[in-house]
Amino acid sequence: MFADQERFDRIVGILSDSFFPILKAGIQFTIPLTLITFVLGLILAFFIALARITNIKVLNVIARFFVWIFRGTPLLVQIFILFYGLPSLGITLNPFPAAVIAFTINVGAYSSEIIRAAILSIPKGQWEAAYSIGMTKSQAMRRIIIPQAIRVSLPPLGNSFISLVKDTSLAATITVTELFQKGQQIAAYTYEPLWIYIEVAFIYLIFSTVLSYLQNWLEARFERSVAK
Amino acid sequence: MIQIQNLHKSFGTLEVLKGIDLSIPKGTTAVIIGPSGSGKTTLLRCLNLLEIPDQGNIQLGDQIIQFKAGAKLKSKEVVDFRKNTGMVFQGYNLFPHLTALENVMEGQVTVLKRSKTDAEAKARKLLEKVGLKERADMYPHQLSGGQQQRVGIARAMAMDPQVLLFDEPTSALDPELVGEVLKVMKDLAKENMTMVVVTHEMQFAQDVADQVIFMDQGVVVEKGTPEQVFQQTSNQRTLQFLNKVSSR
Repeated sequence: MFADQERFDRIVGILSDSFFPILKAGIQFTIPLTLITFVLGLILAFFIALARITNIKVLNVIARFFVWIFRGTPLLVQIFILFYGLPSLGITLNPFPAAVIAFTINVGAYSSEIIRAAILSIPKGQWEAAYSIGMTKSQAMRRIIIPQAIRVSLPPLGNSFISLVKDTSLAATITVTELFQKGQQIAAYTYEPLWIYIEVAFIYLIFSTVLSYLQNWLEARFERSVAK
Repeated sequence: MIQIQNLHKSFGTLEVLKGIDLSIPKGTTAVIIGPSGSGKTTLLRCLNLLEIPDQGNIQLGDQIIQFKAGAKLKSKEVVDFRKNTGMVFQGYNLFPHLTALENVMEGQVTVLKRSKTDAEAKARKLLEKVGLKERADMYPHQLSGGQQQRVGIARAMAMDPQVLLFDEPTSALDPELVGEVLKVMKDLAKENMTMVVVTHEMQFAQDVADQVIFMDQGVVVEKGTPEQVFQQTSNQRTLQFLNKVSSR
């Protein structure tokens, strides 16, 4: 693989020089993009889920339409429409906000189904018990149903979260210098795509691993009180 | 006291309650018995509006609710009515994410807006009363069925309801755990708590009830003292039912 010592030294040099710039791009853009869009996406998802559960027909239809559109089209295409398409309507977005909007909508569409299923999975007896002590619908939702639904939805939401970390690499296509984009730049001028992209993959792996530990910790916290 | 007049309830085309009239004086225990499908659980669920009757009216204390087909009740009216009734469920329905203590505090804090300190003091007193002082900090899944049901009774009592409704409270329990729950209920009856109990425990009905109500096919077939219904009845349907139950 390495013709000689000189080649080996060159690769080690490139990798060690590029590690921190790539990691920095990850910490500067990938992580914030992930966290911001996940939080915003979950809030959106929660309202979509409520809109799907409520018995107000108009809201049901709007929510289903939203999920249908954004689950049925590629994220990459959505990003391109937002960033490259909208300017012809006079709406120009900066790369980072464009990425935030696209990922938020995507998380919202997918996670709404998870949250909806979690809320519906809580037995009817829990609603009845809440009503029987005089709670209103919204009190029952907030105090009794949501806390239990959170626990149910944590494992699948954790998966969405890990996927999102990796999906943010698509932001590179609209010039956000996140982790992957930084890797591309370095690969371009060092002519070492194999090693640089392996390094990029490795840094994503570090991020995902740390985040899955976070997920496990959260799940354990919520599991504590609830029977299997 | 509770006054029920001409109560009707249908599910689709199935008429489950066909005009129920009952009166349950304050401080007394009414036990409703009858074969499955007789409408007794539906009647109980109508009494705290988990099912909304189609017709008739229910008076609880000085609140009267009238039901008409197609008319929707105000949600405030429903909530106010429910605050005055406590319900104990066949499947306990404790809140699994809260400890025994928190289960008993929840309604006091969220619905009655009592302070946490007051709610906790009251909850601890009630848990002691149902014999679970030591289990206050346990979660429902750490408790036996009988213990869970006793927490359920404490949870309902914490709201200071005018009446406690029991929907087959011992049917889901292992036989050796039935006694501890019935004992708590007997104690409540002795303290003149107003109670309406749907149960298959005939001995309990005999010992505790002021009024036994036998329901079949959506109507009250017979009502009276335990003696009148269990020993002196000449009604064929009542006799048939009692025969079946006692030959088990």
